[in-house]
Amino acid sequence: MSDRVMVSARINGESTDFLADERDSLLEALRERIGLTGAKEGCNNGNCGACAVMLDGRLVNSCCVLALEVEDAEIVTVEGIAAEDGLHPVQQAFLEEAALQCGICTPGFIVASKALLDINPDPSEHEIRFWLAGNLCRCTGYDKIIRAVQRAGEMMRNGSHA
Amino acid sequence: MQNLKYVKPTTIEEAVSLLANGGATARVLAGGTDVIVQARERKREIDLFVDIKAIEETRQLSFDAATGLTVGAALPCYIIYNDETVKSLYPALADATCIIGGVAIQGRASLGGNLCNSSPAADSIPAMIVLAGEARVAGPNGRRSVPVDQFCTGPGRNVLAPGEFVVSIHFPAPAANSGAAWERFIPRNEMDIAVANAASALRFEGDTVAAARVAIGAVAPTPLMLAAAAEALTGRPLTNETIAAAATAASAAAQPIDDMRGSVRQRRHLASVLVERTLREAARRAGRQL
Ligand SMILES: Cc1cc2nc3c(=O)[nH]c(=O)nc-3n(C[C@H](O)[C@H](O)[C@H](O)COP(=O)(O)OP(=O)(O)OC[C@H]3O[C@@H](n4cnc5c(N)ncnc54)[C@H](O)[C@@H]3O)c2cc1C
Ligand code: FES
Ligand code: FES
Repeated sequence: MSDRVMVSARINGESTDFLADERDSLLEALRERIGLTGAKEGCNNGNCGACAVMLDGRLVNSCCVLALEVEDAEIVTVEGIAAEDGLHPVQQAFLEEAALQCGICTPGFIVASKALLDINPDPSEHEIRFWLAGNLCRCTGYDKIIRAVQRAGEMMRNGSHA
Repeated sequence: MQNLKYVKPTTIEEAVSLLANGGATARVLAGGTDVIVQARERKREIDLFVDIKAIEETRQLSFDAATGLTVGAALPCYIIYNDETVKSLYPALADATCIIGGVAIQGRASLGGNLCNSSPAADSIPAMIVLAGEARVAGPNGRRSVPVDQFCTGPGRNVLAPGEFVVSIHFPAPAANSGAAWERFIPRNEMDIAVANAASALRFEGDTVAAARVAIGAVAPTPLMLAAAAEALTGRPLTNETIAAAATAASAAAQPIDDMRGSVRQRRHLASVLVERTLREAARRAGRQL
């Protein structure tokens, strides 16, 4: 076995030190070393987006990042999206529009959708579908998810940003 | 995943010596969108990742009107296609980088990784070929430049010698009255491996095509630069007939395989259609009406 290495990063706004194997993916480190199990393992090969997180402000698939790569980086997972006093509009809209069933894909969709709305507050349906092409859902179907993102956009534009 | 070591050198010299001493099981890590999965699925025996992203030259994006554009080998796609110079002067590069994977892949995937993974279907390679891209390589014997059209030698194979890696990719400044374009065909609108892809670049003198470069991918063991297609175009005005001749040359040069993504016949057909479309778009970008 290789030796564990100490990694320091800011995760959901908090300085976090954790020990990782040099072969750990960021997804494995989040789930198994840090206990943040929001990001999910769907495919483990970059295709499904269930493991999506923000890394230094960019959407990435954490199964395709090594844990050691995030030294000094800023990471936001689905656990870091809600405010103290309630859900983020994207989370609220996914609930209200019933945009989830089993929920495995949901953390990735929430992180990816928020990343889109943060740079494009009023995306067209086409822009939403294109942006979310890297997120797969096996049960809900995409129409409800698209409606939830549109609804979240409306909520955010109307200032109900938690 | 197998046991492995991770190192993050900050200079080219350090990276070269780590790669040279690491031997065949040492690999460069850029965006990791190919190589981390390959390591996990043991498609490649890897025991050392040399992360090149802390080396400044691999993250550069610089343009000089006289000498052209230099793109760091590890620079992620999203920085490339959001760059104003790339969008206005090298749109064919934006065409390809904005469709590689999805948004999360583009946050990490690099041109150097796409080139060095050397997949026959690698999307950016035909675009880099028609833009006369040159890979700037560093290795134990110093630096050298390799034209992108001579870089790949087979599926997953390329000209890099042990200890060598690509530092950046250089493109000459666009000539007056020139244009280039890239397209691919996939069954979905996004997030799939190309059934075929193609790129074309044209330079006009008056109405005459003074220079042409045409390349196709996913239809042969490596991306192909098509000398016959360029010949059919050069020295003549661009017409439906010369475009058709170049398209025919493309399907003749293709040596596709049958697989789950497409048949030999479909791929030959796609090669000609995509060459035709990219030629028309390249001409439009060069300011020509057909
Ligand atoms: C879901 C998904 C979708 C994808 N979609 C597409 C697509 O649409 N089109 C497409 O073409 N590809 C696609 N890919 C493949 C991949 O994203 C691209 O090939 C990407 O450009 C690889 O870049 P990277 O920086 O991630 O490379 P890495 O994975 O870091 O490296 C790839 C290979 O090149 C070597 N390498 C990397 N950089 C250098 C260098 N500078 N010098 C020497 N060797 C180097 C590595 O050792 C490794 O062998 C997809 C992958 C996934 C997971
Ligand atoms: S688990 Fe990472 S993309 Fe599917
Ligand atoms: S809700 Fe089950 S995969 Fe999307």
